[in-house]
Amino acid sequence: MTAYIGKRLLAAIPVILGLSIIVFLVMKLIPGDPAQALLGSYATPDNVARINRALGLDRSWPEQYVIWIGNLLQGDFGRSYILNRPVLDEVLERFGATLILAGASLIICSVLGILAGIVSAVRQFSWTDRIITFFVLIGISMPAFFLGLVFILFFAVQWKLLPASGMYAVYGGGDLPDLLRHLILPASTLAIVATGVVARLTRAAMLEVLRQDFIRTARAKGVSENKVIYRHAFRAALVSIIPVLGIQAGFVLGGAVYIETVFQWPGLGQMLVKAVSTRDLLLVQGGVLVAATVYVLVNLLADVAQAMIDPRLKA
Amino acid sequence: MASALLAATALTLATPVLAQTPPNILVVGQIAEPASLDPHVSTASNDFRIAVNIYDGLVRNAPGTLEIEPALATDWTISDDGLEYTFNLREGVSFHDGTPFNAEAVKFNFDRMLDENHPFASTGPFPLAFFFSAVENVEVVDDLTVKFTLNEPFAPFMSNLASPTGLIVSPAAVGASGADYGRNPVGTGPFKFEEWQSNTRVVASRNDAYWDGAPSLEAVIFRPITDANTRVAEMLSGGIDVLLETPPDNVSQFRDDANYQVVEAVGPHVWYVMLNAKEGPFSDVRVRQAVNYAVNKESLVTDVLQGTAEVSAGPIPPAFNWAYNEDVAPYPYDPEKAKALLAEAGAEGASLSFLVTEGGSGMLDPVPMGTAIQADLAAVGLNVEIKTYEWNTFLSEVNPGLEGKGDMAEMAWMTSDPDTLPFLTLRTAAFPAEGGFNSSYYSNPEVDALLDKARIATDPAERGELYKQVQAITHEDAPWLFVANWKQNAVVTSAVGDFELQPDFSLILRDVTKQ
Repeated sequence: MTAYIGKRLLAAIPVILGLSIIVFLVMKLIPGDPAQALLGSYATPDNVARINRALGLDRSWPEQYVIWIGNLLQGDFGRSYILNRPVLDEVLERFGATLILAGASLIICSVLGILAGIVSAVRQFSWTDRIITFFVLIGISMPAFFLGLVFILFFAVQWKLLPASGMYAVYGGGDLPDLLRHLILPASTLAIVATGVVARLTRAAMLEVLRQDFIRTARAKGVSENKVIYRHAFRAALVSIIPVLGIQAGFVLGGAVYIETVFQWPGLGQMLVKAVSTRDLLLVQGGVLVAATVYVLVNLLADVAQAMIDPRLKA
Repeated sequence: MASALLAATALTLATPVLAQTPPNILVVGQIAEPASLDPHVSTASNDFRIAVNIYDGLVRNAPGTLEIEPALATDWTISDDGLEYTFNLREGVSFHDGTPFNAEAVKFNFDRMLDENHPFASTGPFPLAFFFSAVENVEVVDDLTVKFTLNEPFAPFMSNLASPTGLIVSPAAVGASGADYGRNPVGTGPFKFEEWQSNTRVVASRNDAYWDGAPSLEAVIFRPITDANTRVAEMLSGGIDVLLETPPDNVSQFRDDANYQVVEAVGPHVWYVMLNAKEGPFSDVRVRQAVNYAVNKESLVTDVLQGTAEVSAGPIPPAFNWAYNEDVAPYPYDPEKAKALLAEAGAEGASLSFLVTEGGSGMLDPVPMGTAIQADLAAVGLNVEIKTYEWNTFLSEVNPGLEGKGDMAEMAWMTSDPDTLPFLTLRTAAFPAEGGFNSSYYSNPEVDALLDKARIATDPAERGELYKQVQAITHEDAPWLFVANWKQNAVVTSAVGDFELQPDFSLILRDVTKQ
C-alpha cells in the first residue's frame, strides 16, 4: 500500500508542474498585465514600463518562469503584485477558509445524502421515497448561487437569524460558535447539489446490493432487518459510494468559487477570481498549485479508502 | 428536508443580538479588500477611503469642495515663475508611532517615490508617482520649512498634493516594516491603524492627540464585501452601518425607508464614448454632433442609472466648480436634428462598431448603457455593432488607439484636477503613439494652446477661465459622446450622524458620529 501511495504521489509531480506551465502561459497570453490593472486609466506606455521594471516583468517569459520555479523550490512563492504580500501567506490563509467551507459541505452532503439514499432504497416506491426523490431532483437542478441569495434573503435579511456574509463577526466573535453561525448558510448552499448526487447514487447502490443473494441469505438466517441494512447491505454499497464522495469533494472545492463570492467567504476561489482579473500572476500560480495538489491528494485518499474496504482493488 | 433541518440548526446557534453593531464603532461596508494602505503604492479609491482617515497630506480639499486648504502645512508661498513652492509645516504634530512630523519626513516621502536609488525605493512600486514628476528636488530649509523645486511650472501640483498620493507616511515606520509597510500603516491622521485581518476587517481607532481635534467615533471597522447584492443584504440585516456604492436598483428601496439615509455627492467623474475622428463617419464633426443629439442621456441617467448620475456637457465635470463653464449646456435629445445632420454629412445608415467593457473602475453599468446607446442610434438610422470586452482586455484594446479597431469606445475617468483628463485625452500631443490617451485622435490647436497655458498658470482664477474656454470649444467639436457625471452614493443607518461624501471620492470620517 505504501508503494502504491508513493507511486501515485510521484506521478502527481509532473501533472502539477505541467499545470503550472499552462497557467503561466494562459496568464501571459490573455491581454492586459498587472501594471495595466494597477494603473487602470493611467496606464501610459511609460508608466507601464516603469511598473514592469519594478516587478521584474520586463524579463523574458522563460526567464520569469525559471525564476519562479527556482524560488518555489526554496519555499518562496514570491510576492503578489497587487496585494503586496507574500503569496504563500495569502494562499494558505485563503485555503484554510476554503477547506473549512468545503469540509463542512462534504460532511453535510455525505451524512444527509447517504441517509436519504438508504431510506429511499429501503422504502422503494413508498411516499417517503417519492418525497426524497423530489427534493433530490430540486437540489440537483437548483443553481447554487441562486439558492445562496434566497437563503440570505430569508435567514439574514427577513428573520435576522444568521449573518449574511463573512467568516467571523467583525467585532468580538472569532470563536467556534461564531464560525459555525457564519458557516451554516454557505456550507448548506454548497452542499445542496452534492447531497442530491450522493443520495441518488446511494439509493442506486443500495438497491443493487439489496437484490443480491447474500442479503437474502442473511434475512433467511433471521438477522434483524436493521442489521441487514446497515451492517451487510450498506457496507457492501460503500464500495461504490466512496469514489462518489471523492468526486464530490472535488466538486465542492470547485463549487466554492461561486459560493465564496455570494457569501463573501474569504476562500481560495474568491481570491483566484480576483487575482485573474488583476493579472496577479504569482498569486494565480500559487493558488492553482495548492488547489491542484489538494485535488490530487483528495482523489488519492478516496482511492486508498476504497482499496481498504474492497480487498479486490488492492494492488 | 435540508432547509427544515437548517432552520432548526439556525435557531439553536443564532444569538438575539446578531443584528446590532456597537455604539461609537462605525462598520463600513467597502467594495473590496484593500490592496495596500501605503497611499503611495495604492491606486484604488477603495484603499484611499481608508488611507485618508489614517494620514494627512500637506494640504487637503476643504470639506464638500475641491478647493485647497491647509493640513500638515499651515501656509505656503509660490515663486513668481511658478517653480518654487515653500511650505511652513504645522508644529507639534507626531506620527502615530510617536516620531515627529517635520521637513525631513516630507522630504523622505517624496524622495522615496521619485528617486529610483532611494534606500526605500524597493518598498514600491509607486504607480502614481508621476503626479509629482515635475518635482526636481525637495529641500529641507529648516525643521518646519520645506521647499519643492519644479523643473517646469505645473499648476495641478497643489491638487495633486491634496490627492491621496500626496498623503504623508511615517519614515520610521517604513524603515521598520520595509516591504510590509502597506499592511502596517502609520500616519498623522484622525484614526490610528490597529489591525488588518485579511478579507475580514481593517480596524482603526481614535487618535486622541489629533491636531484638528479628536474624532467622536471610538473606532472604525472597514469590511470588504465585493458582491453588491451581498453588501445590500448585510446593510438590511444590520451587519454594517455604512453601505458604499449602492447598486442603482437598490437606491430607491433605501430612499423610501426611514431607517436609512441616502447620501450623495457629485464627483470629478466623466463617463463618455470616444468617437474615432481619424477614420470613418466620425471624422466629420457633423456626425459627432449628430450622435450627441441622438442619444437620450436624460433617460440613460434616470432609467439605466436610476438617478445615480447627472447628464454631462463636456470633458470637465461640474465638481471642479471653479473651472466649470455654466454656460455650456448638454446637447438636448433631438433625434430629428440628428437625422438632419447625418443627412447633411451623407452618413445616413452608416455602420459603426462600438467597443464596450463588461465592467471596470468608474464605468457604472457599461453593458446596459452601451445597449441603450445602440438603440438610440438605431432610431436615427445608425447601425451599431457592439463588441464586449473584460476590463483589462478592453484597456489594452482601447489605450493604443481606435484606428482599425472601432468607431466608438466607452471610457470613464476620475481625476483630482481639471487638467488631467483633457491633458491626457484631448491634446494632439497625447495621441497614443506619443504615450497619451487620445485614442480617438481629436486634434484642435486652439485647445492644445489653452491647455498648455492653463498648466503653467498659477493663478486659479486665470486657470479656471482657460478651462471654461476648453469646455466651450470641445463641446462644439464633440470629440466624444458626452454622457454622464457620476453621483457617488452611500447609505447610512439612522444611528449615523454628520456623514458626508466628498467630491474627491474620499471618505472623511473625523466628524461622523454614531449612537
